[in-house]
Amino acid sequence: MMRKLILGVYLTFLPMFALAAATGGALDSMTADHTNKASLQRGAALFTNYCMGCHSMEYARYKRVSEDTGIPAELYEENLIFTGAKIGELMKIGMNKDQAASWFGNPPPDLTLEARLRGEDWIYSYLRAFYKDDSRPLGVNNVVFNNVGMPHALIELQGLCAVEPNIGHKSSIDPLSGNERNAGVCPEWAEEGSMTPAEFDHAMYDLTNFLSYMGDPVKVERERLGIFVLIFIAIFFVFAFLLNREFWKDVH
Amino acid sequence: MLKIISWIDERLPIVEAYNKHLGKYYAPKNFNFWYFFGFLAMVVLVNQLVTGIWLTMSYNPTAEGAFASVEYIMRDVQWGWLLRYLHSTGASAFFIVVYLHMFRGLMYGSYKKPRELIWLFGMLIYLVLMAEAFMGYLLPWGQMSYWGAQVIVNLFGAIPVIGEDLSLWIRGDYLISGITLNRFFALHVVALPIVLLGLVVLHVLALHEVGSNNPDGIDIKKNKDENGIPKDGIPFHPYYTVHDLMGVGVFLFIFCIVVFFFPEMGGLFLEAPNFDPANPLKTPDHIAPVWYFTPFYAMLRAVTVELFGLEAKFWGVVVMGAAIAILFVLPWLDRSPVRSMRYKGMVSKVALGIFVISFVILGYLGIVPATEGKTTLAQILTAFYFLYFILMPFYTRMEKTKPVPERVTG
Repeated sequence: MMRKLILGVYLTFLPMFALAAATGGALDSMTADHTNKASLQRGAALFTNYCMGCHSMEYARYKRVSEDTGIPAELYEENLIFTGAKIGELMKIGMNKDQAASWFGNPPPDLTLEARLRGEDWIYSYLRAFYKDDSRPLGVNNVVFNNVGMPHALIELQGLCAVEPNIGHKSSIDPLSGNERNAGVCPEWAEEGSMTPAEFDHAMYDLTNFLSYMGDPVKVERERLGIFVLIFIAIFFVFAFLLNREFWKDVH
Repeated sequence: MLKIISWIDERLPIVEAYNKHLGKYYAPKNFNFWYFFGFLAMVVLVNQLVTGIWLTMSYNPTAEGAFASVEYIMRDVQWGWLLRYLHSTGASAFFIVVYLHMFRGLMYGSYKKPRELIWLFGMLIYLVLMAEAFMGYLLPWGQMSYWGAQVIVNLFGAIPVIGEDLSLWIRGDYLISGITLNRFFALHVVALPIVLLGLVVLHVLALHEVGSNNPDGIDIKKNKDENGIPKDGIPFHPYYTVHDLMGVGVFLFIFCIVVFFFPEMGGLFLEAPNFDPANPLKTPDHIAPVWYFTPFYAMLRAVTVELFGLEAKFWGVVVMGAAIAILFVLPWLDRSPVRSMRYKGMVSKVALGIFVISFVILGYLGIVPATEGKTTLAQILTAFYFLYFILMPFYTRMEKTKPVPERVTG
């Protein structure tokens, strides 16, 4: 009786949960893998060469990145530090924030925590979502971040899409013609880039993966340790359980 | 060893204290699952104190340095990430165990005579805990820290006449600033923890004076053996210490799954906008408090009517305050002859069920952006929340209760 009543009450309330509605546009998804060091190394190289002119990583240190991604310190210093900073320093940049604000409207944000702020899917989609729009001051716009103040920094790699790219659409095979629908993000190019669309997607995966790592650099180590911690607690529980049983067996 | 103990005992009654609170504190032998959470709250409190002390060693309580110092703790301080995640997860865990602890009290009538004072101290602990959590949440100085504090402190501005000056006095500035951060830091790490510890001591002392309630809600002191020991009682130590140790194992297992694998808990324990440094010029699209405040936040937003020439926000604050205040008088609202839900009537059971479901759904509604439909729903649930208490003197007195057994039933 009681159970039925409680169930009844729950069922009465159930439709109220359905009032939840999803918001925000669809994004392409990517799954970060911080153990894929080759990907992280390529991402670090891309970030340093294409992003770090404007975007700092001021909460992280070069040395940590070199250690975690497996790039030897000497190689890192020679090829991936452009500011003359020492390898133990924070990854700051030379751009003055006030000047940057007058150039772009807003100073380019620090990106150390971007992946935790926006999520990996957002970054992966955003990086591939630029298109030609002559009404904008920099000639480009972005379907994920409308009226963005950032130029298309990767134009020499990707090229420039002439129309709004397809972000968040799954590609599928048309059952009648056998052609692939929504293949690739851009159906028509205004400018060709040095990479094929597939190569560019891979590069952006690496870059996003690197940003994801930067947001949470301890993730791999944390999860590795977590297993041991849980095993320890489980063993502790067995002893606590046996001790408890021993004491309580004479309580009736 | 014995000599040392007796030397101390002649000067400080440690043996008496040990017997009163552990060795000869007779607790009912029929404690169930719901009785773990008081002890677990103590465990979480210790976790918060210890990790908190170490976090202050590397934290910088200034508007310029706070955000960067948290990232410094996360990246450069040895084990800093662990300390921080233990502390941030601990904050949510504290509210989870405290809510379950309070639910236990509601279910088994632990607030009823002679335990009114225990309930009042407990409510004060809950109140201080909310202040502690609210002020602690400003410290990382992220966008949600900043705007959450802005919204809550502005609520005081809705109070007629003194409101504006009051919120100015709380902030110490015309907007949330480094000055506010500094004072919240002082309150979070010194003032409120001292108050909290004092209240916990009073809560436990008051409990040990009258003795613990139990799932049957019967007074075990009525049935004593020839030595004056309750027949249904067992010494807290060792029986409940080993019992709680087992509970601690289960709790830590779940707690560590969150700490090591899901520290953000899908944005519930650490909200994504808080990875963006506080910016007074940029309001986030959607400001939501952390989950443990959202039931009350939903009630605040549910009030949309102006009354007696005072704005809706003011009445929202009144409703939110009343929602917490009404919990304080609970011991005097329950007129039932029995304590435990086991022997109360059907109306009490259904009322408690509706109350809990309303509270949970309000919590959900406080997280998501408000729409017209959701606001209506929040209004209905807020009404349910209050009706649970307002009608309690009537339904607890009128309903038919079951006979309470002489001895505990296990």
